[in-house]
Amino acid sequence: MSQETILDIKDLRTSFLVEDFEVKAVDGVSFKLPKGKTIGIVGESGSGKSITAMSILQLLDKPGKIMGGEINFKGKDLTKLSEKEIQNIRGNEISMIFQEPMTSLNPVYTIGQQIRETLKVHQGLNKQNGTKKAIELLSLVGIPSPEQRVKQYPHELSGGMRQRVMIAMALACNPELLIADEPTTALDVTIQAQILELIKDLQKDLGMSVIMITHDMGVVAETCDYVAVMYGGKVVEYQDVKSIFKSPKHPYTVGLLNSIPRHDTDVDELEPIKGNVPSPKDMPVGCRFAPRCPFATELCEKELPSLDTQADGSEVRCWVYTDRWDGDPEVNVRESKRTAESE
Amino acid sequence: MFQFIVRRLIQLIPVLLGVSIIVFSLMHLTPGNPAQIIAGENAPKETIEQIENRLGLNDPIPVQYFNFVKDAVMLDFGSSWRTSLPVSEELWPKFWVTFELAVYSTIFSVFLGLIAGIISAVRQYSFADVGIMLVALFGLSMPNFWFGLMLMQWFSIKLGWLPPTGWGSPEQVILPVITLGTMGAAVVARMTRSSMLDVISQDYIRTARAKGLKERVVIYRHALKNALIPVVTVIGLQFGSLLAGAVLTESVFAINGMGKLIIDRILARDFPVVQAAVLVIAVVFVFVNLIVDISYKFLNKRINMD
Ligand SMILES: Nc1ncnc2c1ncn2[C@@H]1O[C@H](COP(=O)(O)OP(=O)(O)O)[C@@H](O)[C@H]1O
Ligand code: SF4
Ligand SMILES: [Mg+2]
Repeated sequence: MSQETILDIKDLRTSFLVEDFEVKAVDGVSFKLPKGKTIGIVGESGSGKSITAMSILQLLDKPGKIMGGEINFKGKDLTKLSEKEIQNIRGNEISMIFQEPMTSLNPVYTIGQQIRETLKVHQGLNKQNGTKKAIELLSLVGIPSPEQRVKQYPHELSGGMRQRVMIAMALACNPELLIADEPTTALDVTIQAQILELIKDLQKDLGMSVIMITHDMGVVAETCDYVAVMYGGKVVEYQDVKSIFKSPKHPYTVGLLNSIPRHDTDVDELEPIKGNVPSPKDMPVGCRFAPRCPFATELCEKELPSLDTQADGSEVRCWVYTDRWDGDPEVNVRESKRTAESE
Repeated sequence: MFQFIVRRLIQLIPVLLGVSIIVFSLMHLTPGNPAQIIAGENAPKETIEQIENRLGLNDPIPVQYFNFVKDAVMLDFGSSWRTSLPVSEELWPKFWVTFELAVYSTIFSVFLGLIAGIISAVRQYSFADVGIMLVALFGLSMPNFWFGLMLMQWFSIKLGWLPPTGWGSPEQVILPVITLGTMGAAVVARMTRSSMLDVISQDYIRTARAKGLKERVVIYRHALKNALIPVVTVIGLQFGSLLAGAVLTESVFAINGMGKLIIDRILARDFPVVQAAVLVIAVVFVFVNLIVDISYKFLNKRINMD
């Protein structure tokens, strides 16, 4: 990774302190994002993706707190900033769009008012210039007749249109980093594809870096350059996108890949990973994935593996890839799954 | 917006007709001959008949009702059976006193209730929140007249800071307004708190923060406007119970308003005055609700205009 790094997260830990109990939602997450690239954060629901994203902009709900680690953005550690300093970054240098376009816009203000507000606070644009810029932004994100749309209220727009408005608002101040938290999950399949295409195009045109949060490997394949797979509040695998599809290493990643529809085989039945994501309240002591992993050994259940860099540059958190592996020495995580299937 | 207001005004007509029928029946369902009441116990038969004819008491009931409505629309409520003065002349000075008391108390309760509710919500579970909610509970459960008497006891009799009775000077206004407005403030505070808490957890508040707005702007521009929508309804309803509470408060502080007038004239069976007073209160209540509806609409652009 020789390019300039725009975001470097080191050992991020974010917890919710509920009734004297620490819910470790994000438990030591580290990853790097090269400038101008897209990283996908994937994992099932509850694996800590959103909390990781919210931690970057410090948008955590009340009992949530960053307990430790660093979030280095252009060399500054965001966790060390004052409230005022982080406000200057939000919506300006780093923008975020959310999963729920239907409820993410304020129902009592017009689209124009809501976009203008961002322009006013960061660029000091007055009403007239703000409206002009808002119209430009709306047409940039492909909203027809933007002159009319600025005067409309959110309820007058469809979900897809609202997500475009959210994107327009996020782009208002030319952010260097866009965080998209499942931006298409709540939308119809056709609209999904359009929104993803839009984000991809805008990224290329504007040179943004993007964090794309999703639970869908299909979305990763279409939009990302790098992938961090999260499970139980931890990154379990980090690779570039080509390699992760060609040679996934972690059993959980393999499981995720097996659960997406494959067009290249006759098998069109999905194969979801059996079992559930562990609740942060009773995390397994060893490998978080052990209760669901077909390869789990005694070592896996007792001790947590660390995230280690492999010979090919990928990073994996699994005992199979260490000297201490105590299971079948010939095990092939990727192939055995397929074999098991064909038996 | 204009169309909406016109339509609401038209919708008021059946409501007002209903109110007028109830008020009209009040007199005709009560036992006793009005002419007898006016003339006195021992009046000769001719006098009574004369009065009956003058008041049209022998006309068919629908005709009497029609005349009553016709006169009421012109704000002519006839003459008092006790003083023989025109009812409107008796009513208006008293009405303004009560109206002032109600308006000041509403302003007091909205102002105090909103501030307390916002502080409570923004600092949920803090010392301030718990304190405010305790005081609000106290304010809700205290009977009006008792609270009034307590205030009077402390601030007028023990400390001598404020006059115990009367109405007109700024000093005289303070205790009755606190007495009458406290319950409303408590209701508004609780409603504002729960409404704000609900709004603060909405996705669009997170969006507002993600835009880089100051927390103050997030709370006052983005949360409060949404949170006010249900609160406005409560304020409207509050005004109704305020008019009722005004009667008691006026008794406690010996204020010469509508409350005292109604009680005095019910005891004296002076029905034209009672009728007119009740009708005026009902009409004011109905119009306050209209204003609430309009402001509700103004705040909440999502509701369709029809
Ligand atoms: N407000 C909260 N209070 C307590 N725990 C929370 C809260 N929000 C999230 N969590 C915990 O954090 C974990 C990760 O959540 P999240 O990051 O939203 O997952 P996802 O990967 O689906 O985005 C959840 O499983 C949950 O236990
Ligand atoms: S460490 Fe063990 S349990 Fe965890 S993923 Fe690897 S093989 Fe499975
Ligand atoms: Mg999520």
